[in-house]
Amino acid sequence: MADVSLRKVVKRYDDVEAVRGIDLDIADHEFIVLVGPSGCGKSTTLRMIAGLEDISDGDIMIGGDVVNDVPPKDRDIAMVFQNYALYPHMTVAENMSFGLRLKHYPKAEIKARVTEAARLLDITDLIDRKPKQLSGGQRQRVAMGRAIVRNPKVFLFDEPLSNLDAKLRVQMRIEIKKVHQKVRTTTVYVTHDQVEAMTLADRVVVMNKGRIEQIGTPNELYHKPATRFVAGFIGSPAMNFIPCRLEDAGGTLQIRLADRLAFPLPPARAARYNALPRTEKLLLGLRPEHLTEAHAHLEPGVETFDTVLEVTEPMGMETLVYFGLEGTPVCGRVNPNAGAKDGAPMRLAMDLNNMHLLNEETGVVL
Amino acid sequence: MSSVTIDKAAPTRTVKYGSMSRDRKWALRWSYFFLTLFAIFSLLPPIYMLITSLKSSAEISAATNPWWVFHPTLENYVGLLTSNQFLRFFWNSALVSIFVVTITMLISVPAAFALARMRFWGSATLATGVFLTYLIPDSLLFIPLFKVFALFGDWTGIQLINRWYVLLFIYPTLTVPFCTWIMIGYFASIPKELDEAAIIDGASWFQTLTRIFIPVALPGLIAATIFAFTVSWAQFLYPLVFTTSTDQLVLPVGIITTLIKGDVFNWGQIMTGALLGAAPPLIIYAFLMDYYIAGLTAGATKG
Repeated sequence: MADVSLRKVVKRYDDVEAVRGIDLDIADHEFIVLVGPSGCGKSTTLRMIAGLEDISDGDIMIGGDVVNDVPPKDRDIAMVFQNYALYPHMTVAENMSFGLRLKHYPKAEIKARVTEAARLLDITDLIDRKPKQLSGGQRQRVAMGRAIVRNPKVFLFDEPLSNLDAKLRVQMRIEIKKVHQKVRTTTVYVTHDQVEAMTLADRVVVMNKGRIEQIGTPNELYHKPATRFVAGFIGSPAMNFIPCRLEDAGGTLQIRLADRLAFPLPPARAARYNALPRTEKLLLGLRPEHLTEAHAHLEPGVETFDTVLEVTEPMGMETLVYFGLEGTPVCGRVNPNAGAKDGAPMRLAMDLNNMHLLNEETGVVL
Repeated sequence: MSSVTIDKAAPTRTVKYGSMSRDRKWALRWSYFFLTLFAIFSLLPPIYMLITSLKSSAEISAATNPWWVFHPTLENYVGLLTSNQFLRFFWNSALVSIFVVTITMLISVPAAFALARMRFWGSATLATGVFLTYLIPDSLLFIPLFKVFALFGDWTGIQLINRWYVLLFIYPTLTVPFCTWIMIGYFASIPKELDEAAIIDGASWFQTLTRIFIPVALPGLIAATIFAFTVSWAQFLYPLVFTTSTDQLVLPVGIITTLIKGDVFNWGQIMTGALLGAAPPLIIYAFLMDYYIAGLTAGATKG
């Protein structure tokens, strides 16, 4: 077990910078998820921690030691790959014990460790099978078992669930979380799936274009995104961004979305945004769940407006409604019994207590 | 009632059921026809050899039906298998082939691994270069190679020409490039994560090769082995040029040089010798056929 630190880590391929100076501190026992769209540098970062890629600049420390030039086998890490990377000619037990056998561990200890890991992952019955006789989920368990038996300082997961079908993915996600609760090994997990990131991580690192956009707990990222990228990336359906500007109207601050659509801001928000110049081009960031059907009794800060729905998507527990606001497509979430229909007019409520205000040019959340 | 109207409304089908299987049937008939033709064409020579090998010299020269044995005899087989000379050729061929296969594998497997996996400067060009050397015809090389060994003998005093083991230096120039090429294709089809997993598990490059790559690429390895064996077993031009003393000859050259005396062809023994010489590759192919095909196709599609 150990902490992991990245100091101004850079990865250059010829003239392309895949990772552009990353600083990251991962505490002992922590479960960190690197998330971002493809090509954001998350896998490269993981592979640099593993030692499978050289670092162009900066330092990587595992357990306080700089490991820049330490080969992968001496970093005391274990990695789980997207395509499992099980050795096809070895049985499950041989796959799991390969690393230990290379290090000449005593036979009894190897057997004990493999048995223990198999029990933990519930694959005791499969121990003598070859990988091709296993299902995708079972293979993924074996790959995790191979990591666990080594008892490494750090676990590295590279999109381990991407090859599984949706249902199994949810199941294995829970398994991974359970395993981490039991073994408590520092874990770095890479995924492009924000749901996986949110559900697994102690802290999520959102990456974009080779840089870290924001580091935080899942709730911090969801409720207090720092940038437009994070606000749009975390959450499904994504946050709405509606062009707007601030106005003073009779002593109160109001937000104008369109010529005939302006709402007074709740006092707490008004105080926070009051100092902003009124001319600035802004974006109102509002999650779909804060755009609901209008009720008779409105809480303070919830404003209603009328619109015509373009498309509705019944999801069962909720219905997603899509409509246009001055040409901007907007998504809301309404109660399935609220009577939302394609092409029908509807009165919706906007919860401004949960609004975000972004600078349109810089994308920074204000 | 409603079912009647639906029947009427249904469009008449112009496509007949089973047309797929009818097409298939015709395709099969044609393939059987051509395959049979091909089989007859390629099996006729060995059958004729077998028939001739069972005849006495008198019967071979007699004006009887050449496709039938009237007085079968094993005298040709007995004659060859009791001749020390023929056994010597056989032994030389076996020695050369086994050594060449070993040398080839020892060179081409690590070479292919390095070219397929260790990204180093110029590795891709080098891989193509290896294949290009295979494209140079052997008949172009035997004179320069002869010169090389002659000069080597002059300079060092070590005379390699007219020794069976000179072939151990020559054959690999034919087998190594092709085997390396097969193995590059095969190794390249192994997912990169597999060696990364091995490296993280603590394996060295050598251990990754011996404990992961070779077992996983075993079909390819067997295909390469069979190729190397066939090339060195059947090679004629080089041993004809490089070896002359009868005790140094390998089988193909030995049969020709000892069983043809002037213009007298000892057909019975020539055919017997050729048949016996064809036996080892045939036996090896028969046992490893499945591996061989799997090896070639995997290398071809994924390499």
